[in-house]
Order: sequence, then structure tokens, then C-alpha cells
Amino acid sequence: MIKSVKAEIVENKPIAPEFFRMTLKAETLASEGLPGQFVMVKVSPNLEPFLRRPISLHQINREEATVSLLYQVVGKGTRLMSETQKGKVIELLGPLGKGFTWSDSDRVVALVGGGCGTAPLVALAHSLLEDKKEVHVLLGAQTKEKLVCEEDFISMGAKVKVATDDGSYGHHGFVTDLLKNLIHDVALDMVYSCGPLPMTKEVVKLTQEASIPCQISLEERMGCGIGACIGCVCKVRTKDGAFTYKKVCKDGPVFKGEEVMFDD
Amino acid sequence: MTNLAVEVAGIKLKNPVLTASGTFGFGREFAELYDLNLLGGVMVKGTTLNPRLGNPPPRIAETPAGMLNSVGLQNPGVDYVIREEIPWLRQFDVAVIVNVSGHSFDEYAEIAARLDGVPGVDGLEINISCPNVKGGGMAFGTDPKMAAEVIKRVRSRTQLPVIAKLSPNVTDITEIARAVEAEGADAVSLINTVLGMAIDIKTRRPVLANIVGGLSGPAIKPIALRMVWQVAQTVNIPIIGMGGITTAEDAVEFLLAGATAVAIGAGNFCNPMTAPEVIKGLKNWLSQEKIDDVRELIGGLKT
Ligand SMILES: Cc1cc2nc3c(=O)[nH]c(=O)nc-3n(C[C@H](O)[C@H](O)[C@H](O)COP(=O)(O)OP(=O)(O)OC[C@H]3O[C@@H](n4cnc5c(N)ncnc54)[C@H](O)[C@@H]3O)c2cc1C
Ligand SMILES: Cc1cc2nc3c(=O)[nH]c(=O)nc-3n(C[C@H](O)[C@H](O)[C@H](O)COP(=O)(O)O)c2cc1C
Repeated sequence: MIKSVKAEIVENKPIAPEFFRMTLKAETLASEGLPGQFVMVKVSPNLEPFLRRPISLHQINREEATVSLLYQVVGKGTRLMSETQKGKVIELLGPLGKGFTWSDSDRVVALVGGGCGTAPLVALAHSLLEDKKEVHVLLGAQTKEKLVCEEDFISMGAKVKVATDDGSYGHHGFVTDLLKNLIHDVALDMVYSCGPLPMTKEVVKLTQEASIPCQISLEERMGCGIGACIGCVCKVRTKDGAFTYKKVCKDGPVFKGEEVMFDD
Repeated sequence: MTNLAVEVAGIKLKNPVLTASGTFGFGREFAELYDLNLLGGVMVKGTTLNPRLGNPPPRIAETPAGMLNSVGLQNPGVDYVIREEIPWLRQFDVAVIVNVSGHSFDEYAEIAARLDGVPGVDGLEINISCPNVKGGGMAFGTDPKMAAEVIKRVRSRTQLPVIAKLSPNVTDITEIARAVEAEGADAVSLINTVLGMAIDIKTRRPVLANIVGGLSGPAIKPIALRMVWQVAQTVNIPIIGMGGITTAEDAVEFLLAGATAVAIGAGNFCNPMTAPEVIKGLKNWLSQEKIDDVRELIGGLKT
């Protein structure tokens, strides 16, 4: 159930260059939110900027009735978020969209995250580990300083490997190189992916070649965030070989890898 | 007791606040957030004869005090709307106005005919002004003869109240308003979005895949107010005013300019509770001003 929520900021601090973690006291989001779902954040109390910003649920803490958001400052909306002080109350809409899914039969899974796409994978790993799955996490970052959440995954009990673009930490190269190796070494039941589009496409390609199902979280510019404006769509294959447009905010943001059509 | 009820084109509204076409879907999403019975009316998404895929993404660009969209009328087609959406909306005590879009005179007329007599449909808003559809759309709304012809054809195929939705992308909106009034439009609604564009300087590309799109939100409010006022001076049929409304005070401005009712569009995105808040705010403002009937405001501008 979508709700309009007013939540107090319990914490909002930098965790890496450009990256902030904001923790909010938000009972309904904590009790109803699922990994892969997101919220629309009103980043300022007035009309500027006009639209809310979609941000994934990064941590969902039912006991403490809090959720966290992990965001990268890339423009004015996220900058305003980073400047909002602890103790302030902000407005959010959520939980929104369809999140990641898993079944009892999946035993070994891999999570592939790039940049701020790592954010929702923390909540996902938490749930998957609670469900006693073997969780491999592959993280990609530009450089060591901008790598986020490695510790979170390790302390939960996931097996973590890292790739950096500049080789300052872990594998020198793409996170999808790590996935290629993992697919070779381990029998995976499911791959989950969230990150920049080129990474997502490569994850879909590799998993399809290996006949492993995969779920990808997509990003698109959003108007309402709840499915009313049909502003954020992606191409999804139809049975007759053609395509239709589905709403990233309501039918997604998580889609099956094989159903999405990418333009090149 | 303050009276909030108004009547537009023979449609009784319990208050003068509607939600604008294309910003509210068919109401299902917002029904999770508040009771739709609070609204005066719902104007549903632009409906075409056959299902339409719409334009490629990105379809949304944020701009100062507003946004551009190039959704391009993605909708499931009129038959689906009649079968699945209208019966659902009927459970609410709220006026349902179906927004009709076409590519040809025949398409407009056929959609109107199919909606005629459908239980739960209170009126038709004829969108002769959508800027997003190639090869039609706006041409109907920018030429008084074509606008008149659309309304005439629709009028002859339905008993329902006909509301002509006017485009602001014209030199003289009163000319179009007069033309549709002459062919039997029961009301006009204005304004639709203002044609615009946005550019990403890093990629040197337009932000919207469609290159151009329709501007809405507070950025267009002064344009909308001016046009409502001009049209109110010109025609005798009622006006549903819209364009950038986010507060009760905005709504009052439109009523003073001559609108009988108002609609909220992009304001639903900035704050999804905008419509009920505007209704509540309007009630409070009226009682604070000791005005006991909202209709006293309509066209009350002193010049
Ligand atoms: C479902 C969903 C979940 C998301 N979760 C997170 C998250 O957990 N953490 C996080 O840091 N970010 C997340 N994002 C991305 C985040 O919404 C954007 O970075 C944010 O809206 C940018 O706002 P801004 O005002 O700071 O930047 P703007 O000034 O609006 O834009 C800055 C740059 O970002 C680009 N951009 C803006 N919005 C989008 C978008 N929706 N998709 C692609 N590019 C965009 C612009 O083209 C521009 O180059 C998510 C997006 C979606 C759709
Ligand atoms: C995303 C979006 C979709 C729209 N779709 C339609 C439509 O299908 N038919 C129509 O007549 N107007 C459509 N409009 C125009 C609005 O109904 C309204 O006339 C316009 O946005 C001005 O009001 P606003 O500033 O309050 O949004 C759309 C507007 C937006 C923002």
C-alpha cells in the first residue's frame, strides 16, 4: 500500500566521497517495504525542484522502525538531500514498485552492484541471508574511495568481491568480469543486478549465455513514481516478438533480465 | 455552511476541484493515498480508439517550476477503458470525465459514440490540443475550422456534455474558443501544456527522446490565467481552468479570472495530496473571507 509519509531524519552523513546515508524513522516503510522497492523523496519544502526523487530502500530495519537510503550526490536534488539536517522531517511516498523476488528452491545467488546501484542490494542480501541462501556479492566502483557497503555485506556473511575501474582496489576492470568468473566457478540459481545501464546489459548477456535467471533493477526519469503519469517506461518484449512499454515505477523497477529490450 | 458545489456543462460537481487528464491515470494509484470521493471530479487519461504505445523514453524532463512531458498518449484504448476502468471509477461519488484524443475527425466521433450512454461517464473532454502526437493532435486545436469540425462531429454522436480542451500554442485562443462554442461545446477546459524543450549540454542532446514536449506546472500558471481570463471575456460557456495549480490560492485566482472549476495536473506529482489539500484550503479560505458560496468568486476579477 502506497503511503504519503512524514519521516524524521535520524542520521544523514557522508560515507564516501559523493555518497551519503540517510536513516529515517518511518514505521510503515520499515514494516511494509521490501528489497528493491523505492521511495519518492520530496527534497525541498517548496516547489523547487518540482519533482520528487526516486531513491531505493537501502536498509529496512523492522525492529527499530527505520529505513535507510544510500544516495550519490549527482545534482541539485541529491545535494539538497545531503544538506538536510538530522532531526528534520521530510516527506516521502512509498513503498513503491515491485522489488526483487526469490523462491525456496534458489540456494546460491549472486548480487551485482555498480556505483549507487549497490544501495538496494544491501537490503536484498540481508533478506536472502536470513533465508539461508549462499550469497555472493560483486561490487564495482570507479575507485577504492567510492566503493560503498563492502563492510556491510561482509559482516552479514556474504562472500564479497570487488572491481575498480582504476585498479586501486580488487580486480582492475569491470564488475562483470567478476561475474563471468563466478558463473564459471559456482552453480548460480539467480543473479540480481542494479547499476549503470552498460553493466546491466552485460549482466543480462552473461546470465543468458549461461541460462541463469536474472533480475535487474532499472532507472528512468520519473514524474509521479506511482504509475499515474506513464512517464518512466522501458521496452518489454511481447509474445509476438514486438514490444510494449511498461512502467518502471509500478511494473518495476525490478524486471526479469530476459523481458527487457535494450536499444543500442 | 459554505457552498462549494458548482455546475459545469450540466455536470454537477460537489466542489470545483478536478484532477487533470494524464496526471491521474484512471484514479487507481491515488485511491491508495486518499478517498477519491473528496474530489469534485476526475478527468481520466487521454483515450484513443485503439491502444497506443506512446513515445520512447525519456518522456520526462524537470524544468524550473515545472516539467516537460512527451508521454504521447500511451493508453489501453476506449474499449478497455469502458470495460475495466469506468466500472471501477463508478464506485466513487465523483464526476468522471473521459479525455478523448484522436488522429482524425472519424476517430474522435467514433470514440464519442462508444462512450455515449456508458454508465459512469459524466462528460467528454475533447483533447484537440495534445502536442505529442505526430500528424494530428495539435493541428486540430490550432486551426479554428478544424477545432470546430471536431466538436461538431463529436456533438452529433453523443448526448454527453462536451468539453473542448484548448491548446495554449496559438496566437489567439479566443478565436478557437468561439469556434467550438458555435458548434455546441458545453464548456471549454484550458490550458493544455505549452510546447517546449530541454537540452542536456553534456551530451548535446535533447533531454526528451521526442525532442519536444509539453510544459506544465507553476511555470505556466501566468499563461493559463491570462488565457482563462481572455476566454471568459469571449464566450458564454463555462470554463475549467488549469495550469500550474498547487494551492487553494492558485485555484481562487483561476475562479476570479472566470473559471467555474479548476483542475490539478502536475501538482499531483510534486505533492500527491495536492487535490484534497486545495479543496480543504479553498473551504478554509472562503470561510475566513466570509464568502458563503464559491460561485461568488467566478469571474469576480476587478479590472
Ligand atoms: C527506482 C530508482 C531507484 C533509485 N535509487 C537510487 C539510490 O538508491 N541511490 C541513488 O543515489 N540514486 C538512486 N536513483 C537515481 C536517483 O533518483 C537520481 O540520481 C536522482 O534523481 C538525481 O537527482 P538530482 O536532482 O540530484 O540530479 P539531477 O540534477 O536531476 O540530475 C543529475 C544527473 O543525473 C541524471 N539523472 C537524473 N535522474 C535520473 C534518473 N532517474 N535516471 C537516470 N539518470 C538520471 C541527469 O541526467 C543528470 O545528468 C534511483 C533511481 C530510480 C529510478
Ligand atoms: C504527464 C502528463 C500527461 C498529460 N496527458 C494529457 C492527456 O492525455 N490529455 C490531455 O488533454 N492533457 C494531458 N496533459 C495536460 C494536463 O491535463 C494539463 O492540461 C496541463 O498539464 C496543465 O496543467 P498543470 O500545469 O496543472 O499540469 C498531461 C500533462 C502531464 C503533465
